[in-house]
Amino acid sequence: MKYVCLVYLEGEKLHAVPDRECAECSDGFRRRGLLVAAEALQPVETAATLRLRNGKVSVTDGPFAETKEQLAGFYLIEATDLNDAIQIASKIPPIREGSVEVRPVRELQP
Amino acid sequence: MDAPEPIRETVNAVYTSESRRVLATLIRVLGDFDAAEEAMHDAFRAALEQWPRDGVPANPRAWLVSTGRFKAIDARRRLSRFEALDDRDDASELGSIDPEAWTDKASVEDDRLRLIFTCCHPALAPDGQVALTLREVCGLTTEEIARTFLTPAPTMAQRIVRAKAKIRDARIPYKVPEASELPDRLDAVLRVIYLVFNEGYNASAGPAVTRHDLSSEAIRLGRLLVELLPEPEALGLLGLMLIHESRREARTSASGDLILLEEQDRSLWNRDLIAEGNGLIERSLSSHHFGPYSLQGAIAMVHADAREAAATDWDEIVRWYDVLLRRAPSPVIELNRGVAVAMRDGPGAGLAIVDAILDRGDLREYRLAHAARGDFCRRLGRTAEARVAYQRARALSHQEPERRFLDRRIAELGSSG
Repeated sequence: MKYVCLVYLEGEKLHAVPDRECAECSDGFRRRGLLVAAEALQPVETAATLRLRNGKVSVTDGPFAETKEQLAGFYLIEATDLNDAIQIASKIPPIREGSVEVRPVRELQP
Repeated sequence: MDAPEPIRETVNAVYTSESRRVLATLIRVLGDFDAAEEAMHDAFRAALEQWPRDGVPANPRAWLVSTGRFKAIDARRRLSRFEALDDRDDASELGSIDPEAWTDKASVEDDRLRLIFTCCHPALAPDGQVALTLREVCGLTTEEIARTFLTPAPTMAQRIVRAKAKIRDARIPYKVPEASELPDRLDAVLRVIYLVFNEGYNASAGPAVTRHDLSSEAIRLGRLLVELLPEPEALGLLGLMLIHESRREARTSASGDLILLEEQDRSLWNRDLIAEGNGLIERSLSSHHFGPYSLQGAIAMVHADAREAAATDWDEIVRWYDVLLRRAPSPVIELNRGVAVAMRDGPGAGLAIVDAILDRGDLREYRLAHAARGDFCRRLGRTAEARVAYQRARALSHQEPERRFLDRRIAELGSSG
């Protein structure tokens, strides 16, 4: 089963965890065959949000969420079940500064 | 990870047959559930990489344990670059364990028992015991367990995380209990197994009467326990479950409705399961150290021996209930005894028993007490009381076939009374 681990951090904490540590974590996951993909994201101010309405694409600045935490990065992992995924996700370094949301991937049913 | 197909199949087959044993042994070797689980997964991934190149080892289980252990040492070394190994065992200590100890059959089987007793430890919350046993001992995934208990997966995951944290924080030892504490501890294990069985056999909620997967997991657990620790009550519980299981086909109609024991087509009962169950229960009863499970098994055996409902020896059943009540007094057993008494002496005698239980405040929220009261009143022609009792039972039931059954009973009472 694939799970995505979404890392949320407050804006001022985006660099609270050294990059080296996050890279070590991804490398460890990759070496153990757990990692499908992982990326850190630029701050939410750099985001553009698109919508297609009435045939027209509109572009707005970032997602205007009320919450202070923003999506800071993600890990797509391979795990046997939710508890296995939770165990793997608990090793993601930014967990001590923000939060990590673990969600199972939904297989599309074409 | 892209191993050739035949090797992948071999590894999958070894996973199915050996992963629980490998896990149980790794927990002992590493002294930690989470580390053991990681190590086991790492070992199976290593098998996918190495077996195509080096061939399948002669003793895959020993290979997996030893590889998992090395992976764990490696992981701890890497971890130690970031944080001090404060209260963790030093990795070098792990290296001193005698490799012979992993491979011999006796210690591996002991590990499986240790795992069962740890998962069913009385310090854990009951729902945590069940979840942990199904996941660690039976190898079900969190999502599978959640689905069978109609619980959201994150809730189930939380129970498992909490139970593991408790084992770690309370330093629950990974061992088979001493003889002096064995009866109590075994009781906790049997309770978990029977709970799983009952949830599968008599689903407390949902669209179907039975959930076969849970019953068969419970029977598998029961068999494992009998193999590892053939105590009389373990035999008795397995026998009891097998006799219940023998009636599965006869217990529901084609449309999924519940059929009572007295109305079942007994030619549908699985005679092989009955014979096996009878054998186990007789073994337990002859040991003279039997308890409530064997006694319930004895009652199930009397039913199983009756070729038709009318041939049931209700007198013998009531006598077994008397013994059972002395050994393990409980309002539910009292109620079940009342049903047997009603069959022997008539519905008036049954009604007196159920009313005595309800009057003193027991079982008022228990649907089967009201259903039994409804039955006794119906047979006594006290239609109005029967209707009230059936309606109370229906309001307390969360299982659809059971509600339909009670609706039929209420409809059969007609509009009189």
